Amino acid sequence: MTETTDAAEQARTAPDSTSAPLLEVRDLQVEFHTKAGVAQAINGLNFTVHPGETLAILGESGSGKSVTAQTIMGILDMPPGKIAGGEIRYRGEDLLTMPEEKRRKLRGVSISMIFQDALSSLNPVFPVGWQIAEMFRIHRKMKKKEAKQEAVELMRRVGIPAAEKRVWDFPHEFSGGMRQRIMIAMAIALDPDLLIADEPTTALDVTVQAQVMDLLLDLQKEYNMGLILITHDLGVVADVADKIAVMYAGRVMESADVYEIYASPSHPYTRGLLDSIPRIDGGEERLKAIEGLPPMLTNLPAGCPFSPRCPMATDLCRTERPELERVVDGHYSACHYSAQIYDDLRGGAA
Amino acid sequence: MSEISRAQTEQSEGSTTGRTTKEAEASLWADAWRSLRSNPWFIVSGAILVVMIVMALFPQLFTNTSPGECLLGRSRQEPSAEHWFGTDVQGCDYYTRVIYGARTSIAVGLLVALGTVVISIVLGTLAGFYGKVVDAVISRIGDMIFAVPYVLGAIVFLNVIDDRGILEVSFILTIFMWPMTMRLMRGAVMSVVNNEYVMAARALGAGNLTIMRRHILPNSLAPILGYSAILVGIIISAEAALTYLGVGLQLPSISWGLQLSNAQNYIQTYPHLMVFPLIFVALTVFAFTIMGDAIRDAIDPKAKK
Amino acid sequence: MSRPDLNTAAGADPFADAEVVLDVDGLVKHFPLTQGVIFQKRVGAVKAVDGVSFQLRQGETLGIVGESGCGKSTLAKLLMRLESPDEGSVRFRGEDFLAVRGEELRRLRRKIQIIFQDPYTSLNPRMSVGDIIAEPFKLHPDAKPQQGIRPRVKELLDVVGLNPDHINRYPHQFSGGQRQRIGIARGLALNPDVIICDEPVSALDVSVQAQVMNLLEDLQAEFGLSYIFIAHDLSVVRHISDRVGVMYLGRLAELGTEDEIYGAPGHPYTQALLSAVPVPDPTLRGKREQIVLQGDPPSPANPPSGCRFRTRCWKATEICAEEEPALTPRPGVPHDVACHHAEVREDLTA
Repeated sequence: MTETTDAAEQARTAPDSTSAPLLEVRDLQVEFHTKAGVAQAINGLNFTVHPGETLAILGESGSGKSVTAQTIMGILDMPPGKIAGGEIRYRGEDLLTMPEEKRRKLRGVSISMIFQDALSSLNPVFPVGWQIAEMFRIHRKMKKKEAKQEAVELMRRVGIPAAEKRVWDFPHEFSGGMRQRIMIAMAIALDPDLLIADEPTTALDVTVQAQVMDLLLDLQKEYNMGLILITHDLGVVADVADKIAVMYAGRVMESADVYEIYASPSHPYTRGLLDSIPRIDGGEERLKAIEGLPPMLTNLPAGCPFSPRCPMATDLCRTERPELERVVDGHYSACHYSAQIYDDLRGGAA
Repeated sequence: MSEISRAQTEQSEGSTTGRTTKEAEASLWADAWRSLRSNPWFIVSGAILVVMIVMALFPQLFTNTSPGECLLGRSRQEPSAEHWFGTDVQGCDYYTRVIYGARTSIAVGLLVALGTVVISIVLGTLAGFYGKVVDAVISRIGDMIFAVPYVLGAIVFLNVIDDRGILEVSFILTIFMWPMTMRLMRGAVMSVVNNEYVMAARALGAGNLTIMRRHILPNSLAPILGYSAILVGIIISAEAALTYLGVGLQLPSISWGLQLSNAQNYIQTYPHLMVFPLIFVALTVFAFTIMGDAIRDAIDPKAKK
Repeated sequence: MSRPDLNTAAGADPFADAEVVLDVDGLVKHFPLTQGVIFQKRVGAVKAVDGVSFQLRQGETLGIVGESGCGKSTLAKLLMRLESPDEGSVRFRGEDFLAVRGEELRRLRRKIQIIFQDPYTSLNPRMSVGDIIAEPFKLHPDAKPQQGIRPRVKELLDVVGLNPDHINRYPHQFSGGQRQRIGIARGLALNPDVIICDEPVSALDVSVQAQVMNLLEDLQAEFGLSYIFIAHDLSVVRHISDRVGVMYLGRLAELGTEDEIYGAPGHPYTQALLSAVPVPDPTLRGKREQIVLQGDPPSPANPPSGCRFRTRCWKATEICAEEEPALTPRPGVPHDVACHHAEVREDLTA
């Protein structure tokens, strides 16, 4: 099923998974203390990212995907947020127990992040070129002129036309797509090993989205970065990810190689998501919606968090929380019946 | 009813019960009241204000002495068991005078705050809702008044009025106070006017007045209502300041400002003449300000997470 | 389902003989750009909608799709008379909706309603759900239901799939999808013939989006509604629409049945849009041809001469700069397309 001819695709789909992991998240727990009670934003999250690999974290609002990104970056608002347990190992070292001084040196340098809304992430009162050059001056101790030269070079690399003319323009003078490119330029300026992209193309139009996503993947390949792509868009994920972790109510429901997930989704939630989206090639008469709403994080159901909406739920699901367990090699699912679902799908297909 | 909708009803029912725990009154106003009641600052400031307002309405409850009972023979006595706050220059019981002073100060404060808030709501709503020329005219007039420091303006205008009572002082203060609160109201209206529910009402055929009354006003009153309590505090101190400077109220009115004004010649020799009215002014201003902060926190939905 | 069977030959329009409910002809709306505060000087105009014509037939859904800034939201406001057009007409069952005043206008307003995008700003937070849905009856006393307002509001809540006992709750007590249902109930209150849906599902999560789209389809079947469905998501528009118009810079680039636009698009812009939509199927990675458009759309304040798309079009020739292409059938393209070089391509969505 991986008959892709493009060399870029090859690099993308065959990441260096034998090497030491770049980032390992183990049993992460994050809570929010609110007036309404303690919200369990993340409950025991596990995943690994290798150099050059793209992990897509897929989830709806409230699934904890953005909180995950903020926790890894160390920019979670605390309080109300609180890391209640677990570890985040970057090249073997736990970021959560690391002295703040050391962590700050990693942030934006080795691990950087791009956000959905470029306009509010760029400083409106400074020219974009100045903002990029400033990073070189602070972290690389470059001279003013040299830093500006580098900034122009980088702007050109991310596809800003007439970069040397636009280097003194302000963020609001660029279009949405161009701003996103500038934010990408700032994120990769210092050669990070790990890039976290939180809904990087959600605010963009579809034609611009394709351009920006292509740029992001080219850069990833060029710099051999690990990329965590946080999104709700099943289409974008299918186009770019190597691995997928599907999140729901602060937990990974299913994780596997991208081809495996789309071919044999073994968690009812993943299946429900795939069934509920309208398709560009038409065909479906009626959408198969997932009934009901995601649970309140302050009041999670006792068993499986998806059980109230799950068409397959049994008493077991309502009382006992399923752990993320192996379905086949490299494919994990947190459902009591995932093996059965998997076999049914495979049996039906064969 | 179709089968499909029935199924959907059941499904949403199951989920809403998880989502909303309190079935009781849950309008934003009710929420605001609930959060106010549990705010200790609100309770403390509320208690002080209740005492001050009762004092303003019924001073007889606090003292049996009439404020006019003055004997020049006992002028400028220090505080004692008989005269708790001492006596003033005319030999009146200073405690009684301070108690009776509450009425004037609070009356001016409430009167000016009321006038200012009403003017601001009307003009601010018109400016924010209609924009363009209406906004330009109202805002520029406001800016012109705003550009004059109110103390200076009040001195100039009050100087030409010979007979200055509560109404005259309140009128002048109102003139100089409204532009600030009008801007607050205008800003709030402008942030509401482009909401889709305003468009929805328009699409249903609602007229401008209906839209302002039902949709704009209820959603833009929070900032100005919160500010109005703080405003009362500002006005009370402004009245005291003007009177102290000799352009505010005049004898035979009894007010904290006048007491402070008369005390200024004796600050070093008879400090109690300054201290007691000052404590009352400060306490009242403090209480109104704290109250305003508490109200603003409670009714501003943006402050809620 | 009373929806006509669409699985006929591509190009067949099941609503071709239905009565025209809304006839839109040559709508133009320019927003003046001015300088100065008191002495305003007109320095140009944003040509938000610049000559749009189409017809909406009884019981059909006409999708309007386009990227941000193409004028689709302004179009919705023009159709609702929330903005007044500079030119053109909107006829509702033959009556000129833009010319009527007073009592006539009130009567027509009841027939055309709107559902907004943002479930968080489209409901007045100070009003209870009962008051929000009853507002149409307060504004149109002659439309007061015979059974009384409150029973009717409860009935409407039931119709849109909400619990009628929640009539006294306030908007903030509902989730995004439920709020959207409240907005739909308000739109239905006066028994309209036409509902204009302005991005009604784009703020919702995937699983909830499907619920709301299914509801809209059910209501259409039950009450014989005609929809104008405005959105930027091409898959969503395809799913719900019978016919689709593609907007670019204030004009319709192409107009045809769902199967024509998605299966056999004739305009280069439509083709580029379709090819850019990410498809939720990783096995198609690298196999779909992607038409990558260069640059951003030009500013609507200063659109290119002739064909507006020519600056980004790979087919553009001299005639495109000189002559504005009309929206009309072309040789080889049976549906309406505004391109001098229109040519069908069929392989873009499969």
